[in-house]
Amino acid sequence: MVLFVLAFYMAFLFAPTELTMGHVQRIFYFHVSFAWVSFIAFFVTFAASIVYLKTRKRFWDIVAASSVELGIAFCCIILTTGPIWARPVWGAYWTWDPRLVTTLILLFIYSAYLMLRGAIDEETKRAKFSAVLGIIGFLDVPIVYRSVDWWSRTIHPNVIKKGNIALHPDMLMSLRVALLAVTLFYFFILFRRIRLEELRDEVKELRKKILKEY
Amino acid sequence: MSAYVKSILHIALKDLKVEVRSKEKLYSMMVFSILVMVIFNFAFDPGADYISEVAPGILWVALVFSATLGLNKTFSSEKDQDCLQGLMLAPLDRSGIYFGKTLSNFIFSLIISVMTLPFFAIFFNLNFIDSLPQLLLVIVMAIFGFISVGTLFAAISVGVKRGEMILPLLLFPIEVPVIIAAVKATGMILDGRMMVDYSMWLKILGLFDVIFLMVSFVAFDYLLEE
Repeated sequence: MVLFVLAFYMAFLFAPTELTMGHVQRIFYFHVSFAWVSFIAFFVTFAASIVYLKTRKRFWDIVAASSVELGIAFCCIILTTGPIWARPVWGAYWTWDPRLVTTLILLFIYSAYLMLRGAIDEETKRAKFSAVLGIIGFLDVPIVYRSVDWWSRTIHPNVIKKGNIALHPDMLMSLRVALLAVTLFYFFILFRRIRLEELRDEVKELRKKILKEY
Repeated sequence: MSAYVKSILHIALKDLKVEVRSKEKLYSMMVFSILVMVIFNFAFDPGADYISEVAPGILWVALVFSATLGLNKTFSSEKDQDCLQGLMLAPLDRSGIYFGKTLSNFIFSLIISVMTLPFFAIFFNLNFIDSLPQLLLVIVMAIFGFISVGTLFAAISVGVKRGEMILPLLLFPIEVPVIIAAVKATGMILDGRMMVDYSMWLKILGLFDVIFLMVSFVAFDYLLEE
């Protein structure tokens, strides 16, 4: 949380104002960080889904589902901060740029994931089905990106290329802090979410026990 | 190994036999596919110049929608009289059911696609007789990619409340690469371009087909248990 405050400070005050884009560029630090972390979130789902199918431990199912929820929330943040920045800079809220489309498709895939979970009552079945979808959805991402990339060329600024980074050192510092803050934020919420689900399970067990006694 | 292949063929053959006798799937898929094209035509001025640019997209929307219609039926028809239970009790590997079902769905959708083409040519006033082999290649690859994941998801959606609504929601986002590649390649073929121009789209289709056939093959084992 402290880090978050620091990250806000760095993004809004510390980092120099971008020459052509002005203050709106400051959104970039959080936009990029959330984008980065949402991919981590979906990767966590992917990995947890595989582990679940191998071990069949309920814990991994909880991890996968919690991570998807966070990933979706972050995707929504990306898809709102992006247009706010894009409107003055590109002149349009939305373009059919590969990254935009891929993020949108991600959002669709994982919303379907949550809908699928909502439609199944039985626990193990829900875990199995969503694990399969978690794996397939993640494997699909690079192919979606490739095909949309060929379908329409990107106009995204590519600030970080192999080796050289086209950013002012202060900006880079701010980006790093924001990235760290958002990543920690993700793991913090993820663990809270997992704990919540475990507590729910516990409550369910207790209720069963009590009902049995009477 | 040959016994395995035989059992796959048996399942596919069973589906085809059921279809020949009941004729419930192909008719509705065919009518639906033509209907989609007709409806789309209303969205554009008749005889407009840009129609040849949007035509490939319309063709694929029609094919993909009608394929989804068929996929929805593939396992739900087995639910009747507990046929699915019977299939699972049959002495064959679970993946055999997947491949058999994929094969029969693939054949259905392929039949529909091939039968849709003449209507497509007439409605949009297109002449693609010369490039028919290339077009068929694209159709085979794209439909296969669509069906391979689609059959897997159909197995998921059949065990789920509101399954028929969930299937397209699961399927379409995943199939985005297939649809883009198919539309682009079809457009280029109708423009009379060379194979080199659209070979990258064929590569995407091939890649998708291979990856998701393998993943589905592994994943299917987990879906039909109990």
